[in-house]
Amino acid sequence: MPEQLAFTIEVFLNGLMAGVLYALVALGFVLIYKASGIFNYAQGVMALFAAMTLVGIQNGQVPFSHLINAIFGTEIHHFGWHVHSVLAIAFTVVVMIILAWAVQRFVFRHLVGQEPIILFMATIGLAYFLEGVADLMWGSEIKALDVCMSEGNCLPQGMNGWIDQTTFDVFGYGFFIDNLDIVASIVAALLVAGLVMFAQYTKQGRAMRAVADDHQAALSVGVSLNFIWILVWSLAGFVALVAGIMWGAKSGVQFSLSLIALKALPVLMLGGFTSIPGAIVGGLIIGVGEKLFEFLIGAPFLGGATENWFAYMLALLFLVFRPQGLFGEKIIERV
Amino acid sequence: MFYREAGDFSTTYAEDQQTFPIKFDRYRYYVVLFIAIVVVPFVINDYWANSLLLPFLIYAIAAIGLNILVGYCGQVSLGTGGFMAVGAYACYKFMTGVDIWWGGELLFRLPEFNIFFSVIMGGVMTALVGVLFGLPSLRIKGFYLAVATLAAQFFLVWLFNRVSWFYNYSASGQINAPERDLFGVLITGPSTEPWATYLFCLFFTIVCAVVARNLTRGASGRKWMAIRDMDIAAEIIGVNPLRAKLTAFAVSSFFVGISGALFFAVYLGAVEVGEAFGITKSFLVLFMIIIGGLGSIFGSFAGAAFLVLLPVVLKVVGVDWLGWPTDIVAHLQLVIVGGLIVMFLILEPHGLAQLWRVAKEKLRLWPFPH
Amino acid sequence: MKDQADSYVTDDGRTIGPVVMEMKNITLRFGGVEAIKDISFDIREGEIRAIIGPNGAGKSSMLNVISGFYVPQEGEVWYKGAKRPPMKPFQVAQQGIARTFQNIALFEGMSVLDNVMTGRLTHMESGLLGQSIWKGKAEAEEIANREVAEKIIDFLEIQAIRKTPVARLPYGLKKRVELARALAAEPTILLLDEPMAGMNVEEKEDMSRFVLDVNDEFGTTIALIEHDMGVVMDLSDRVVVMDYGRKIGDGTPDEVRNNQEVIDAYLGVAHD
Repeated sequence: MPEQLAFTIEVFLNGLMAGVLYALVALGFVLIYKASGIFNYAQGVMALFAAMTLVGIQNGQVPFSHLINAIFGTEIHHFGWHVHSVLAIAFTVVVMIILAWAVQRFVFRHLVGQEPIILFMATIGLAYFLEGVADLMWGSEIKALDVCMSEGNCLPQGMNGWIDQTTFDVFGYGFFIDNLDIVASIVAALLVAGLVMFAQYTKQGRAMRAVADDHQAALSVGVSLNFIWILVWSLAGFVALVAGIMWGAKSGVQFSLSLIALKALPVLMLGGFTSIPGAIVGGLIIGVGEKLFEFLIGAPFLGGATENWFAYMLALLFLVFRPQGLFGEKIIERV
Repeated sequence: MFYREAGDFSTTYAEDQQTFPIKFDRYRYYVVLFIAIVVVPFVINDYWANSLLLPFLIYAIAAIGLNILVGYCGQVSLGTGGFMAVGAYACYKFMTGVDIWWGGELLFRLPEFNIFFSVIMGGVMTALVGVLFGLPSLRIKGFYLAVATLAAQFFLVWLFNRVSWFYNYSASGQINAPERDLFGVLITGPSTEPWATYLFCLFFTIVCAVVARNLTRGASGRKWMAIRDMDIAAEIIGVNPLRAKLTAFAVSSFFVGISGALFFAVYLGAVEVGEAFGITKSFLVLFMIIIGGLGSIFGSFAGAAFLVLLPVVLKVVGVDWLGWPTDIVAHLQLVIVGGLIVMFLILEPHGLAQLWRVAKEKLRLWPFPH
Repeated sequence: MKDQADSYVTDDGRTIGPVVMEMKNITLRFGGVEAIKDISFDIREGEIRAIIGPNGAGKSSMLNVISGFYVPQEGEVWYKGAKRPPMKPFQVAQQGIARTFQNIALFEGMSVLDNVMTGRLTHMESGLLGQSIWKGKAEAEEIANREVAEKIIDFLEIQAIRKTPVARLPYGLKKRVELARALAAEPTILLLDEPMAGMNVEEKEDMSRFVLDVNDEFGTTIALIEHDMGVVMDLSDRVVVMDYGRKIGDGTPDEVRNNQEVIDAYLGVAHD
């Protein structure tokens, strides 16, 4: 097998893995958009918020310690304990549910019936707010996130070595794939399967789909819109947490996380805002596309760092020819 | 009582269609203009110019520009930072003489433009780029368009970062405004006088505001608003949607480009593109028009003033008085700005401008409740 | 049948001109559904032409074809003696065809006056640069068009609400403002999509009066869709009856009323 081809395949595989993470963030967008028509710009910041909360709880940080210290001149930082990952994740889920409730109660309940673009801008405001709160709560320095890799042993440690060895034996070239990426893919697959099962086979799931289809009709058969909205925001919060853990473990928990999550937007534009399979396929296309483009064209000819804009440009060009996305329904305009 | 419009009748359509049909408003406007042009230049100092007045004037232009696109034409753009960068880099190239290369050889070099025309060229170039990125708006609507403008934002910043032609092959990758003057008075460079830079920016701000007002009260404005309110109906009554949207993109980008050029050449003096014109800048200007009021020229000023003042006030209160660390104040600022955005959208989607209108109505009746 | 190029005088003394628009064998499909099947009819200058039919008969689709919003798969539209090439809705409007909408399509963020002024847009042509300077040509044009708009506003008796934001108006007034916007364009043909839908008797009477006055005073050709049979029969010179996308009758109100197929399909079969 020629070197160049092998490299390309490796880049392709790495792109797939990155795509899984994009898809994870995009999934959160789709959930909220389907159920409430809100295009939640804050999804990325929610991932950041969740990851920071998780690290904070793990390390036993005192929330708002910097602020408290500044106001009262105290010197508190830590409770002095460490929380086990599983417990910490459980706590974080609770926090995300409270957040979902608060967002619903204090923001979107007052915005029912507003134009979509107003709702969108409200989520931008929400994103700033959450980012500020997260920074105030846990401090803005870059934090390492360690959930699965060293303590949990939830994956045979030698997996990437095994892949490397096997592919070397078969193709004469050893593929390197990060352990973390493998975990991320498995978790993402489980998450999607879980969400689909939830939507198909539980009472709440059916109610959720009913709301997504038609608010009025769902109301008239006795579905509580308020409950469903809190539910989807909680689910989106949970998805954000998973995405935050993955990104965080990969590159540390820091502000750029919320910017990377912006990439979920072009993913959605490819996949259509209402389609879960679309989010996944779109994520994979973007992940693979930007890595391959950078490898084949960007780095050799354009001076590199094309990953910054490739996804957006691809989505833009794509949309010009197919405005409803890959899986979206064709729009028939009426007067 | 304090604010009266009774006895103020328009006898011609021209009178009825002027910017300030009410005498009281008109006089107040003249007073503000008088203070801004005649009084302020004599009392201005470096601190006032650099931390408040210059950013206010420059952001006001950007906000007016974005407001034309978002508030009047209903096309949400998240690419303002990128377009400001186009203005800044175009201004820089024209200031220093545009060099045209072909096949590795220097074909010719334009003479260096005067700073005034460089700024204008910044606007013109941005208008062209704006139209280019506005083209998809015919097929892409709503959020899709908002996300598509992100492509402009990221691509343009990348472009100015990577292609060394834009920063004249300087080693740092930055652009630095050389010393330039207008009628012998220094406008750019390190040794400018605050009154000169202030008046230079003020001129552009006033002209932009007047032009924006003229466009929005006339046929173009109605076309834009028709597209914003109901694009299908607008098309059926005879508005060419592509033309209307592209003119909105062009005019809006022109203003944004001017503000980018001023931001770089007059205000900052040196610019690193990712830092000065990143996505946060796009959001900042968007927030200005949300807080100030969508579809209102006055609102653009109000929003710009508010968001320029807020960090200054927070810094004075938080850092100087209370002695808090700067990063905490910065985080607090995020919380406040985000909270305000949400609050305004919930309580008063038309922003400060609407609050002002309500206040006027109250004042007119004061002291009687009805 | 009278010749297409001829004029004739109606019983009430109005002169109806030659044919100004003709639909020839129009067929419109949405996917597999045929909304309009092979329909032909004409509209004469100065007449009030009604299109009636039960729900889903394809009346609104027909109007959308005329205003260029839907492009029929088959058939031709002839306008002022020439075949109309494929064109966008705004071009159709610029040719002098204005319309109102079934579900009011006013620009809610603008005042009544501005809404009416949007109807004048097809008559305004000063450039961006002129408009940004305002003084001079742009202002003169603005004032000239404002005068026309004000005339329409007077005519429809909505002077008092000129500066009110449209969003604050009640339904009946909104309908009237929409008519004003369409009239402001000084159209050759005015299309009215259910102008009286959802109105009470008094409002219907007002609206009928306006429709007749418009026809009378400006000589505007009017094509309208309406449910209310009484209104249609009183107002119109000729009526097209549609059912399930087909044309089942065409003629004066009396002819249509006595057409057996129309009675069966639309008015109901008489029970003896």
